Amino acid sequence: MDNSKIGHHISGQFNKELEDVRNKVLTMGGLVEQQIELAVTSFVTGDVEMAELVIKQDNQVDALEMAIDQECMQILALRQPAAFDLRLLITVIKIVNDLERVGDMAERIAEMSIQLSSADSNKRDQYYELEHMAELVQEMLHGALDVFARMNVEDVTTITGLDENVDREYASIIRQLITRMMEDPRNITRMLDVLWIARSLERIGDHACNICEHLVYMVKGEDVRHLTQEELERKMKE
Amino acid sequence: MTAQQVRTHSIDMSSVLRDQKKTDEPNEACIKVENLNLFYGEKQALYNVNMEMFKKKVTAYIGPSGCGKSTLLRCINRMNDLVDSVTIEGKILLDNENIYDKTVNVAALRRRVGMVFQKPNPFPKSIFENVAYGLRIQGINDKRILEETVENSLRGAALWDEMKDRLNDNALGISGGQQQRLVIARAIAIEPEVLLLDEPASALDPISTLKIEELINELKEKYTIVIVTHNMQQAARVSDYTAFMFMGELIEMGTTSELFTNPQKKQTEDYITGRYG
Repeated sequence: MDNSKIGHHISGQFNKELEDVRNKVLTMGGLVEQQIELAVTSFVTGDVEMAELVIKQDNQVDALEMAIDQECMQILALRQPAAFDLRLLITVIKIVNDLERVGDMAERIAEMSIQLSSADSNKRDQYYELEHMAELVQEMLHGALDVFARMNVEDVTTITGLDENVDREYASIIRQLITRMMEDPRNITRMLDVLWIARSLERIGDHACNICEHLVYMVKGEDVRHLTQEELERKMKE
Repeated sequence: MTAQQVRTHSIDMSSVLRDQKKTDEPNEACIKVENLNLFYGEKQALYNVNMEMFKKKVTAYIGPSGCGKSTLLRCINRMNDLVDSVTIEGKILLDNENIYDKTVNVAALRRRVGMVFQKPNPFPKSIFENVAYGLRIQGINDKRILEETVENSLRGAALWDEMKDRLNDNALGISGGQQQRLVIARAIAIEPEVLLLDEPASALDPISTLKIEELINELKEKYTIVIVTHNMQQAARVSDYTAFMFMGELIEMGTTSELFTNPQKKQTEDYITGRYG
């Protein structure tokens, strides 16, 4: 991994502190990815035990969020960082906020899959769109974390571009759910649970996009939030 | 709630956006440095420096020891003329007049460009006489004018309240922080246009340092200020523009907020983040 952006301070201790923050963020990212993976699998397979594990592990995500925030604050107060170092810390504070929310989404998916497992143990094949959507947002989140690890933002638009596909899938899932609700009102409760899962996945995609935007600021010093995909692409080509 | 009510609660965005643009306002150049080269004997200390400093703004020079920032500062009121082996090429324009022109009266120039040094250097005289000194050597001895100027200058240097009852005490008897502000009062008594500050707070404790910084903030209402400092946080706090120098060259100059959050040159980034290049 390329550490040249973080290292080379005259103060070796400062290098270590920044390195430590970075590693913690990557750990947290890895944990959150695992949480999504487990939550989605538990939903697909109806594995209640796995879903319970996700719910139990969410406090680890929360603890990492607080620990990283605390460390950033400490460095800001004691080292008065500037330029890239400053942008790195500010970005980390924002990223962990997004990651923590993603963790909550995974927890919600796990909760829904527990509820659904008791309701329809043998109707899972109808959710393969959800699986596909989950794959998409996992790819986005993984890409965003990869950008953070490499600190190279050249390809962020490929990641943010996927959000369009996610939104399309989301819309199509909703249409399906509505159809099934109309077919048989007894489906409504269950379909609402599925809707929550779709909604959570869609939000994970948004958070991955947010992380990408923060990372562009970190690397290039340019605030690219609240732009459309086209505007972002144009900006990144400049 | 009606739409009307919502509107009255909404924030006036124009003020928010105006703040962001503040630094983009066109500024009037006060000092222009053009192709300045300076040699101490054989050794070149400044390499082709070009920069502008703006009216009633604070410009800070930062850079490692020996990078030429003090040398450059001292060029602005021709202090380097006092060093024997110095040769200077290029121009420094103060209000579009080259201060290195042969016709320039150096004493008159230094009246327009005041300077304060790292270590406070009050004269071994009373506080009153220290501040009045500049006027007295100009031949002004009218007691009323002197008293008025001393009071205004001490007020300007945020020292009046502390000093008003001890104007006849010896200036060497006050604290270092007070001495430094006294020296600033002495510099502004003759109403210069430009104030050069060479590490004005490096010999002071944190509280006195903050007072000097606060003072700089007030002084820029009236004066163009150029400050040399080793303390980067100080440069970041007090200045509007920052210039980073390295090995006698001006590497980068920009608004302070931009230079400290998103410098364009790697050397600047390495220096302000404490990296070895």
